[in-house]
Amino acid sequence: MSIAVIKYNAGNIRSVQIALDRLGVSSVVTDDPDIIRSAEKVIFPGVGEASSAMKYLKERKLDELILSLKQPVLGICLGLQLMCSYTEEGNTSCLGIFDNRVIRFPEKDKVPHMGWNSISDLKGPLFESIADDSHVYFVHSYAAEPGVDQIAGTEYIIPFASALQKDNFYATQFHPEKSGDIGQQILKNFMEL
Amino acid sequence: MLTKRIIPCLDIKDGQTVKGVKFEQIRQVGDPVELARLYARSGADELTFLDITATIEDRRTFAELVEKIAHNINIPFTVGGGIKNEDDVARLLDAGADKITVNSAAVRNPSLIDKLAGRFGSQCVVLAVDCKQYDFISRVHLDGGRTPTDRETLLWVKEAVGRGAGEILLTSMDHDGTKDGFALEITKAVSESVPVPVIASGGAGTCEHFVDVFENGKADAALAASIFHFGEIPIPELKKYLNANKIPVRMK
Repeated sequence: MSIAVIKYNAGNIRSVQIALDRLGVSSVVTDDPDIIRSAEKVIFPGVGEASSAMKYLKERKLDELILSLKQPVLGICLGLQLMCSYTEEGNTSCLGIFDNRVIRFPEKDKVPHMGWNSISDLKGPLFESIADDSHVYFVHSYAAEPGVDQIAGTEYIIPFASALQKDNFYATQFHPEKSGDIGQQILKNFMEL
Repeated sequence: MLTKRIIPCLDIKDGQTVKGVKFEQIRQVGDPVELARLYARSGADELTFLDITATIEDRRTFAELVEKIAHNINIPFTVGGGIKNEDDVARLLDAGADKITVNSAAVRNPSLIDKLAGRFGSQCVVLAVDCKQYDFISRVHLDGGRTPTDRETLLWVKEAVGRGAGEILLTSMDHDGTKDGFALEITKAVSESVPVPVIASGGAGTCEHFVDVFENGKADAALAASIFHFGEIPIPELKKYLNANKIPVRMK
């Protein structure tokens, strides 16, 4: 299977590639439009700052490329946020695949939200055989407001969308590549779409 | 609900796990990759690996070990020990580490924290602090505890978070290796003075100590070594105990 992991100016991309190695799936980290377009699956990961990431994607026309993809695409963490309509981080317009807005957690508790939290009201093939209230690993200071495309919800200070899906676009706020056996199963489910 | 994290810590020397008692008297406890897999399977929420060797050659061996670990476990892990500059961090993150800790080098050159947070993101910059209580003031020690400084723990932690540290790993030298319980007061003071998560370290001896440090020490995570390495407290047993005592934990 050919898997393209989109390369851009965000961190933690290596962890995703290693997680795929663990599943026995080889992948290529690339910003080459032809390789991305022809891949069977595309992963859009990343940890970083939203406005500089959006700027980088636009400069290389990767924004248009992502929107045009027809194969299954999985956004992770910052990837999910960039697939939403807007984020408060740097007051940034994003890709708009999902209508959700991304807001900063109110500082009524520790921010970032870091560690293992549960996901509930799971829907769709990404969560095939995953039990409601399973724990997965999060690290983020901004979160997508709940909305129609939500396929998993989590609560930390506020309720937020921890996974989204619309057509061929999937996204998780948590890190499946770091979420133990549960995360591994979610990645496997994505590979089997 | 966000759960409290249990973090086994593995001290690495010459590619093997060791545990220093009060930072001295080193004793061998096994293959780090095997231990890491075992911990991940038994419900550890995260792992920390500290390189306690010093030479450049050993550092390369450590980076190779980090890569092996990354390929063998599916939970987050942090690495540290002797990190001095951006290149050290880039090498370890590229090998597959999720977070790195900085300690002495950050005290000697605080702008290192700004640089690391700016380049790699705050989420992967953990400030490790070895502290010791002097009458009413807790002060920072460097070089694995050997070098005392005048810096007050609370002031240093606040400064470091202001510069971009995303998490604090707080080790109480007075408690480390004693198995008499964590340092509740300083842990609580640090946790309440910064917005980022605090990992308490040093002094774990019983399951009750963990309840204490989460409830009274306001820690977000707790780190321990020997009680896990020697099987004194199996992680599933610890988590059952915490769960029964109404501490939110991830059950396997």
